[in-house]
Amino acid sequence: MKCSEFLQELTNYLDGVIDDRTKSELEDHLAWCHNCYVVCDTTKKTIEIYRDSQLYELPEDLRTRLRSAIVSKCQQHKKTGPQSV
Amino acid sequence: MSTIQPRVEPPVSDELALVQAAKGGDVAAFEELVRRYDRNVFRIAQHITQNREDAEDVVQDAFLKAYTNLGQFQGQSKFYTWLVRIAVNEALMKLRRRRPERTVSLDEEVKTEDDSLPREVADWSPNPEQQYSQAELREILTRTIQGLPPGFRTVFVLRDVEGLSTEETAEALDLSIPAVKSRLLRARLQLRERLSRFFQKRESGDGNK
Repeated sequence: MKCSEFLQELTNYLDGVIDDRTKSELEDHLAWCHNCYVVCDTTKKTIEIYRDSQLYELPEDLRTRLRSAIVSKCQQHKKTGPQSV
Repeated sequence: MSTIQPRVEPPVSDELALVQAAKGGDVAAFEELVRRYDRNVFRIAQHITQNREDAEDVVQDAFLKAYTNLGQFQGQSKFYTWLVRIAVNEALMKLRRRRPERTVSLDEEVKTEDDSLPREVADWSPNPEQQYSQAELREILTRTIQGLPPGFRTVFVLRDVEGLSTEETAEALDLSIPAVKSRLLRARLQLRERLSRFFQKRESGDGNK
């Protein structure tokens, strides 16, 4: 397996959606190709860092304000029909 | 090497009942749906628009649109996937309005194949995120993901941050499954490449750029 072939399968490999045969070919490649091992490992870390980053959390006060605005618009819509929204 | 574990999804068994009640005009039932997904919609909206005010507008507009169009929700997909689709469209509209000079589309074909080929293959520190303060890390992550084209950024956020499946992401973005997979691969590789500058082992030289 060439490095470019490994890269093509990287996303499927990290997501665990490949058949056993391809998986073992990829792991054979990883065992001797240090560059691909690093790319694979750091790509996994990239995903984990973003997933755990809590970027753009919605602050509780803003959350309450947005929710009451949404609810009041929905009630208005319910009372007076779609043309008022 | 182990695979990525998805975020645990909340139970959705009572969700159809809430949707049915909301369809019948029960605003309290709809409010419960808002409560479940407002954080997710806000995150997605802010990732796409990169603007706090726009993201607030998107949250309001998307939920209101969902409420007024609940009749069109057939229940073949999850309510959340349907809602994300609405929210992404609202967010892209905001982005287009702010940047009329640039075409903003999820269909854009981005450069050549080479842009995702790894060039930086130095290993990272064992706990790279601990090299920085919370505020610094937030800045690094925000700036890095903002550098991706909107079409890549959105796929990455839905799949890897929000934990939608490939199929759900394809449905929410009206893309084919191969298109989602190819964008996801390139988004992941580009983010990795850019983060390497900050996270690679210090002794390898220029990790402090």
